[in-house]
Amino acid sequence: MTFMHIGKDFTPPDVEGKVTGDAKYVEDFAPEGMVTARLLTSPLASGRVVSIDASEALRMDGVLGVLTADDLPPSSAPDDPVLASDDITYIGQPIAAIAAISDSIAESAIDKIRIDYERRGFVTDPLESLVEGGPDAYPSGNVLVQTNSLEDENATIRGGISKIKWPHSEIEKLRNGEEPRDVEFADGWEYGDLSASFAESEVIIQESFVTAGTPHHCLEPRSSMAYWQNGKCFFYASTQSQSAVVEPLADLLGIEPENVCMISENTGGGFGSKGRVYPTMAITGRFAQLLNRPVQLRITREEEYYLGVGRPGMQGWVKTGVRADGTVAAVDVIIISDGGPTGRNSASSSAQHISVVYTPTAMRLRNIPVFTNTAPRGAQRGPGQNEMSAAIAPIMDKAARQLGMDRAQFRRVNAPHSESPVYESQGPITSAFMAEAIDIASNMFNWTEREAAPRQRNGSKVRGLGIGLGYHSAGGSGYDGLVRITPDGRIHLHSGVGNLGTYSYAGTARAAAEVLKCRWDSCEIVRGSTDQHLPHASTQGGSNTIFTHTRTNWVAAEDAVLKLKRIAAIEFGGDADEYEISNERVFKTTAPSEGFSYAEAAAKAIELGGAFSGQDYPSDIHPITQRAVQGIAGTGLIGVAKDNLPKRGIAPGLMISMAEVEIDLETGKHEVLDYVGIADCGTVIHPQGLAQQINGGAVWGFGMASSERHVYDPQNALPANTGLYQAKLPTIMDVPIEMKSGAVDIADPYNPAGGRGVGEPSQGSAVAAITSAIADALGHSFNRVPVTPDMIVNFANKKDQESALLAINTF
Amino acid sequence: MNSKLSRRRFIKGVIYSSAAAASGASYYLATAQTNSNAIVERLLSLTVNGRTRLVDVAPSETLAFTLRNKLGLTGLKVACNRGECGACTILLDDVANYSCSILTHTVKQKSITTVEGLKTADGSLSAVQQGFIEELAPQCGFCTPGQVMAATALLRTNPNPTRTEAREALAGNLCRCGAYDHYLNGVMRAAELLS
Repeated sequence: MTFMHIGKDFTPPDVEGKVTGDAKYVEDFAPEGMVTARLLTSPLASGRVVSIDASEALRMDGVLGVLTADDLPPSSAPDDPVLASDDITYIGQPIAAIAAISDSIAESAIDKIRIDYERRGFVTDPLESLVEGGPDAYPSGNVLVQTNSLEDENATIRGGISKIKWPHSEIEKLRNGEEPRDVEFADGWEYGDLSASFAESEVIIQESFVTAGTPHHCLEPRSSMAYWQNGKCFFYASTQSQSAVVEPLADLLGIEPENVCMISENTGGGFGSKGRVYPTMAITGRFAQLLNRPVQLRITREEEYYLGVGRPGMQGWVKTGVRADGTVAAVDVIIISDGGPTGRNSASSSAQHISVVYTPTAMRLRNIPVFTNTAPRGAQRGPGQNEMSAAIAPIMDKAARQLGMDRAQFRRVNAPHSESPVYESQGPITSAFMAEAIDIASNMFNWTEREAAPRQRNGSKVRGLGIGLGYHSAGGSGYDGLVRITPDGRIHLHSGVGNLGTYSYAGTARAAAEVLKCRWDSCEIVRGSTDQHLPHASTQGGSNTIFTHTRTNWVAAEDAVLKLKRIAAIEFGGDADEYEISNERVFKTTAPSEGFSYAEAAAKAIELGGAFSGQDYPSDIHPITQRAVQGIAGTGLIGVAKDNLPKRGIAPGLMISMAEVEIDLETGKHEVLDYVGIADCGTVIHPQGLAQQINGGAVWGFGMASSERHVYDPQNALPANTGLYQAKLPTIMDVPIEMKSGAVDIADPYNPAGGRGVGEPSQGSAVAAITSAIADALGHSFNRVPVTPDMIVNFANKKDQESALLAINTF
Repeated sequence: MNSKLSRRRFIKGVIYSSAAAASGASYYLATAQTNSNAIVERLLSLTVNGRTRLVDVAPSETLAFTLRNKLGLTGLKVACNRGECGACTILLDDVANYSCSILTHTVKQKSITTVEGLKTADGSLSAVQQGFIEELAPQCGFCTPGQVMAATALLRTNPNPTRTEAREALAGNLCRCGAYDHYLNGVMRAAELLS
């Protein structure tokens, strides 16, 4: 299909503000009379508050108020409370908040609060809690029993605390790459005939693996600011959606959703950590209500590492069976998740990654989310899939090598296609063209020739080639679209999608321009604040925006086009289907002079009223969209619709990466010399934006592979990485000086614009390419990320590794 | 400079103090009003973006705080407040500096340029800003003003850099979105625009 806008580069409207400094983030807003709030955070990893005495703090000049857990709606473990009282579960957990006329006074007042604590035992490594006699993160147990599905990565966990313990002998088996026997699990799933599939296998490999938990490092902290006017709360936050956070925030504040105005024009990084409301928002909103003045709660960089959510780590075991023809017959995986204090984990999505990219005939997952007294956990870019991608790539390489098969060819043999069944349900996908992606990457990287060449050592340096696959479900449905044509001829494309900097809020809006066959210059995107009348939208997360919101924009614009034609039929006679649109005019197909401009049609829509100008609207649109339409009714021609387009199963976002690394065996440092990333993401909607996501995700992959991790002092559970340089994200010197990217660019049949998302798989494929390349260079796989320089130096010098087998969160 | 509240001392304080005490400690110290410094001049004359600005500055106040909170120049961002990320980069006499790690009292004699001061006299964007837009360099944008200033400092001394030189010039500016390749493209595009 030939498009006017889709597949072409454009300048998103928010870019200029970012380079001039005009773009506003939460802490850039400072309304008259604003005061500040600060947090008192826990010095204990585990315990409870016996008593709090804030009387001396409250007597200080400039102190305006204090909040403790008693002032907020109750919560019960293992929920992450706004302010902890009965269950303190990590160091740095908020316990009380002070509002004052300045930060310095609030900080001084916090020093005056007296708290009596009761200390409890704590644990930082899940296996140390799982072993018989090991400590538990909560007095009542160590394991989350989850009662709801986490298909929605941003959903709140529902469940309770239970206790599971394994004998020491079985823990040792897991640490040493063997399958633990006769032990209890909390959850899992299975499909196919596992034993029969292993029986068909030519090669069977079983290994243990461990992946570290990682902080998000959003450069903009999760600060917030709020004020109230006439019973309505105006809330400034750093979120992944203006629309999707309205109802949970209203719940948090105890008010109706129509009384929340969410302002989030720009978000300085989210990566999954800002998909939901963050608990501290309740403090800002409540203080602003009590004090009746604007209140800002600034979260510091240090606090981000305590109360910001991080990726759960995994300790696991996997047994893989591969047939002689290279097809993967069976995969059996055990995952012990480090759920932090909330139990949040990604075990199922980790296993689903394997089910999609290696398409095994049979598969089983058994898992346990274990609580630890470490940072709260949440969704992080490709939650589950990306860390599993890192762990499984060298293991699959080993299988390919044992079969004498080229590693890229091995991936190609198992590559998902449009009829591949996926997940535990073995359900369908909308489409996949992974074999094509592997071919494009192989050609661009010159894989076959380079893979066949001998690996030559140069002094202390060795080189290796790696290949990695990335996957994430990348598209939803059922949200609403809203467009408005005003009598001045302007076309307003309303979007409630967050603005993380992927520019997909803008790329998807271009689908509406495509349907309306209008110039992009005639359009303006309306966004950033819910009082701009924004439709119900997803979060900008889960790689879903491109798929989900090209659809909503498409259906809303189709509704507008239909109304344009109906209005023209009323004006010029005949039926709507006798009319066509072009050049921002609607006209009779057989007599193009009989018609009028969009501007004139919009004026007529106002005159006609009813559904034409939003006085009436479809009954199936979400209440948020209903309120948005009510807010703009009578101001123009309104196109509004719920996305009821067909969708078959999962919309997969898929990536393949190839990389070359050079490792210095003397320093243990590795350098990425060459990198290629190819996306299977349907039709390319916005080429520059796609390149940004492929390359940016790759940088994340490099970080996961080499340096990023949570580290805790096992004596006190003190987080050791409370700075950007400590849990180190990559700098520009850690990435190749040029990176290459591309896409298959074959349309997905379940998206009218053809697109699927790919923002998350781009990290998974990259980290896998690096772990694969390191294993290739060394002839040894650590089955661990990150692969740190000390691990490489110890290996090169045939010394024992410093970490205990499968240790996590500690040195 | 107040020896009790030197930048080095309060960075050390942040790193080594316990979690509860560390929360916001750097900010507190950066903004603390200390009575012992009554003899220090408070009303400073600063040259910011070519204009003279009179501003009341506490002895221990960082330049980032002064620019953002006293002069309303919120383009620069405070992402770490301890010299790790570069989001607060500004120019002092055309040299890139982290404004979170400079006490305002030390820059009285210098010309300060923030991202708001880069537009040319006719109001058009600078070459770096234009180059960054054309290459869609920013993602979330939070580090972008710092990247713009680092690139600007480079091109003022080296208007025709190699890609390697540009990379080294941006090495002090973190981007969590990983837009590094695109920022480099933006710098090279800006150099073309300047020539």
